[in-house]
Amino acid sequence: MNLALMRERLEYQSLLLGLVVMVTCALLAVAYQWTREPIQQALANDMRQSFSQVLPEHLYDNDLLDYAGQIEAPWGHLTYYQASLAGDISAVVFPMQASGYAGKIDMLVAIKANGELSGVRVLVHQETPGLGDKIEVARDPWITYFTGKSLHNPLPTSWAVKKDGGEFDQFTGATITPRAIVAEIKRALLFFEAEQATLLYPVKLPGETIGVTTQMQGVEKHD
Amino acid sequence: MTDYRRLAQDGLWSNNMVFAQMLALCPVMAVTSTATNGLGMGLATLFVLLGANMIISTIRHFISPAIRIPVYIVIIATLVTLTDMLINAFAYELYKVLGLFIALIVVNCAILGRAEAFASRNTLWDSIVDSLMMGIGLTWALVMIGGVREVIGSGTLFANAHLLLGAPFAFLEITVIPDYRGFLIMVLPPGGFIAVGFLLVAKRWIDRRGEQRQRRLASEPDSQQHQPSH
Ligand SMILES: Cc1cc2nc3c(=O)[nH]c(=O)nc-3n(C[C@H](O)[C@H](O)[C@H](O)COP(=O)(O)O)c2cc1C
Repeated sequence: MNLALMRERLEYQSLLLGLVVMVTCALLAVAYQWTREPIQQALANDMRQSFSQVLPEHLYDNDLLDYAGQIEAPWGHLTYYQASLAGDISAVVFPMQASGYAGKIDMLVAIKANGELSGVRVLVHQETPGLGDKIEVARDPWITYFTGKSLHNPLPTSWAVKKDGGEFDQFTGATITPRAIVAEIKRALLFFEAEQATLLYPVKLPGETIGVTTQMQGVEKHD
Repeated sequence: MTDYRRLAQDGLWSNNMVFAQMLALCPVMAVTSTATNGLGMGLATLFVLLGANMIISTIRHFISPAIRIPVYIVIIATLVTLTDMLINAFAYELYKVLGLFIALIVVNCAILGRAEAFASRNTLWDSIVDSLMMGIGLTWALVMIGGVREVIGSGTLFANAHLLLGAPFAFLEITVIPDYRGFLIMVLPPGGFIAVGFLLVAKRWIDRRGEQRQRRLASEPDSQQHQPSH
């Protein structure tokens, strides 16, 4: 009937294709709006969960996501998070990125105010299963051995894997991954030592919440 | 009248996406390092396939043959993006496991293949049945490949199943070989090819035996009839 004839016409085809694209785009826009909040919530919860892995509970009583600071590091822009206990800053958490065997290794490095490591965890990596993936705490306790270390223990010259004359174990058959992580932690420690004064200065004073909330809203509107 | 038994047999076995059509190999190799990943990928693909078949079968009379492929691709890509967003928002733990691979469903040519070969020519109901059978067929194939790779590669089975199915399913997680040091190549992509190869051999072998038995069954009454005359 008519439909069969119409389907052959160029106008019909262009309109139909346009219509399909419009409907699907509208659907995606609605879904994006609808899932944006939950996705941000999930990401924030995930961050909090990661913070709780590098910071012992008795070290902080604030929500670190509300205490984010910005600073220029030698390797680029860095967002850091301050942990505080009863208003006193007790630790600073850096998201760091090491260059592993198979790409970037995202990790969190938490340094206490006295310069000791409070904890290190790997968040995302693509290292080879069975070789490089022992950096995950779920597979191997290796990453926990950094807790309590600092630039005085061991001294900076010993911040390397044993194969390079340093203090830290490498894995059998996989030296590149641990080497990258040790170097990255050392870099975070050196940066902390150099910029201690700034990093430990409160990004937000107690009771300053209103200003920061409006600022956060402004940021949200931008993206 | 549609032959549903035929649809089921095609999807689950004789025209199985992986073991017969040899389609969908890119997601197959990428995700099936464990049985749980295979299951998650299979279910996500099933969902997209079902949605694509339903939509395409419903609007099939309106689509001009000349522009059908772009229309199918837009629909499939939209469904994949929706799946990605929904899992990201409401099953974040699962997203951390599968997230990178959801987008791979788009390049699964088997979905486009079903749209072209089935949904564009059949009723809504038949297309639903077809997509379910094809999807389940794909899912069990992925779980098999993942299971073989996981047991040989890491000595476990259904590790992390609770992330996918919820805490009640933690009992599925089995350590098959305790203190296993792992067999790396099975976890890496080459292991996917090796596992698919051996499973294909197994399927062909079963098919061959089935054929032989049928031939024997078919020829037996024959021989009884013919023998006296010879
Ligand atoms: C397929 C493959 C994957 C590998 N993955 C890693 C890895 O994830 N991390 C790593 O440090 N080395 C990995 N290696 C080993 C490195 O190539 C390199 O040999 C090793 O890290 C050097 O260690 P060695 O100095 O102890 O010999 C891998 C090697 C192969 C062949």
